[in-house]
Amino acid sequence: MKAGTRQPLAEPDEPCRARAGSSPGPANGPVSDEARPMTPQLYRVRSRRADRVDTVTLRLTPVRGRCPPYRPGQFTMLYAPGVGEVPMSISGWARAGGYVHTIRAVGAVSGALCGKRPGDVVGVRGPYGTWWDIPAAAGMDVVVAAGGLGLAPLRPLVRELVRHRARYRRISVIAGTRTPTTLVYARELALWRGHGVDVQVTVDHPDHVWKGQVGLVTRLLDRIVFEPRRTFAFVCGPEAMMRATADDLVRRGVAARRVELSLERNMKCGLGWCGHCQLGPLFVCLDGPVLDYERAARLLAVEEL
Amino acid sequence: MEAVVIRSLQPLIAVLRARGFTVAAPKIREKVIRMDEIVSESELPRGHGDEQAPGRYRLRERDDEMLFSFAASPDSAKRYTQPSSRTLFRIRGETVEEPEAEAPRVALLGMRACDLAALAVQDRVFLGGRHPDPDYRKRREALFLVAVNCAVPGGTCFCVSMGTGPKATAGYDLALTELAGPHRFVAEAGSAYGAEILRALPRVPAAQADLDAAEEVSRTAAEHMGRRVDTEGIKERVAGAHDSPRWQQVASRCLTCANCTMVCPTCFCTTVEDSTDFAEGAAERIERWDSCFTLGFSEAGGAPVRGSGAARYRQWLTHKFSTWFDQFGTSGCVGCGRCITWCPVGIDVTEELANLP
Repeated sequence: MKAGTRQPLAEPDEPCRARAGSSPGPANGPVSDEARPMTPQLYRVRSRRADRVDTVTLRLTPVRGRCPPYRPGQFTMLYAPGVGEVPMSISGWARAGGYVHTIRAVGAVSGALCGKRPGDVVGVRGPYGTWWDIPAAAGMDVVVAAGGLGLAPLRPLVRELVRHRARYRRISVIAGTRTPTTLVYARELALWRGHGVDVQVTVDHPDHVWKGQVGLVTRLLDRIVFEPRRTFAFVCGPEAMMRATADDLVRRGVAARRVELSLERNMKCGLGWCGHCQLGPLFVCLDGPVLDYERAARLLAVEEL
Repeated sequence: MEAVVIRSLQPLIAVLRARGFTVAAPKIREKVIRMDEIVSESELPRGHGDEQAPGRYRLRERDDEMLFSFAASPDSAKRYTQPSSRTLFRIRGETVEEPEAEAPRVALLGMRACDLAALAVQDRVFLGGRHPDPDYRKRREALFLVAVNCAVPGGTCFCVSMGTGPKATAGYDLALTELAGPHRFVAEAGSAYGAEILRALPRVPAAQADLDAAEEVSRTAAEHMGRRVDTEGIKERVAGAHDSPRWQQVASRCLTCANCTMVCPTCFCTTVEDSTDFAEGAAERIERWDSCFTLGFSEAGGAPVRGSGAARYRQWLTHKFSTWFDQFGTSGCVGCGRCITWCPVGIDVTEELANLP
């Protein structure tokens, strides 16, 4: 983080309860007949925080009107004017009524979004997709496993767990990252530790000051405590990491239906129109991104599906 | 309204035009029967037919005066319900401008039963889901559909296997069956508006002999399908064949050119393109047809999910015959045969289906 940049340690999250009921499902009912779902709403960048090397966190609020509610796990279609649009997980709810997005510059669009400054305007559509089934984890041990920027969509989930800490038994957050400097939300991870969460971090490539774990995130499963048959797990990261983690959890006795993943696919609409995000019978934009492993395992096992 | 007989299509064309419709109908263009605007019956491909086979289309002269003795055109109603390209919006400063949705009033004359079935499939895709497309609805509602029952199916047709034809049974405003000796059409209305148009035409009540002759046209057409598909358990069979070596075999011939998806009347995939006008300082986004055969289609995180041609062909065929049922409760294939005819290397979807385990 740049010296002298003052950022709130953590924006208070207020995951909206737009609808009653707890199971993941469609978040957006049919739109009104005249609204054109491919047209974005303009949002202004309220703040920008550089998170380590190539990643920034933007806080966005609508230029006009209010921003629709979201649930942890959902995504928006984020548009850099003139450049393009990408699906982006929501990593927080801004107090002033807006979304927090943590974005890594990996292509033209995400690069353009990362270059946005306070006052700049971007387009937002959504939120879309399914969400983490947090109520299903009540009364259970909770394992949250993140690979790299997979921590971004898990962040609002962990905040929700911490807010209602007493509802859950043990809570463990395990995070893997390439190097110590690519870890996002480092200060927040420390904060969670103070709220009764076992937080463990591992890196692929340590630097000379790193004293923590080295290796795959699955190895951290040996270092945390959970009772497999009373465990609910939330996993997000590169697909190989998610499959390895989910398989490991299932081998240890966690029910596949209690392991949720968040999938990434090419998306052009978020509405089930463009066809790009298909995974077998699923449209990841409508049926995902959050899917339980009982449903996803068989599909992810087919190469190039 | 009872079936009637009309002698000429000219009054129909005139009435539709008078009511503000552009009439699009089969018309010979560069040795292919396409869909194009007409103002007169004389522009229809009188005395012409076609010869269709895998990777092959030839215009043929016939020794009769029939106007609709040919099979599917490379054009389908998709061109009118889902334009190949459209502007979604422009952003100028902090203003978003949405162009008015274009919904031209078009009368499609010469729709086949398979084309109507394809429209019903598209309706499920764009209107039946969680996010109905208001622009599609406008374009769809602006159409007037005149079906002409198929008399001469092509060598690549298999609508009978798919249960969609050859006789149009629903989804039209008017349905015609062309009869010879003397040349005439049996006409039936499928909607109140269709009946109203029909009442405005010179007509005589259809005799039993006319109705029998029309039935005979459809019966004969059904017996002359160029292709067939065994649809028994097809959804499960195709889904279960994901590791079949047959995908590699077809991929060795497939050029991944996307022709099949462009001519398919139900393929609906799109992509978007962004541009900036530096002179005006405006950013624009368009939507255009896309295809699951392109490499960029599935790109995520810097690499395509479906990098191999085998995976892309499997995606297309599996979507049409299996996962389409999961998503939309219907087959994605209507048996029109366009993908077979217009495949430059003549890959035959019916043959590929038969060869799967």
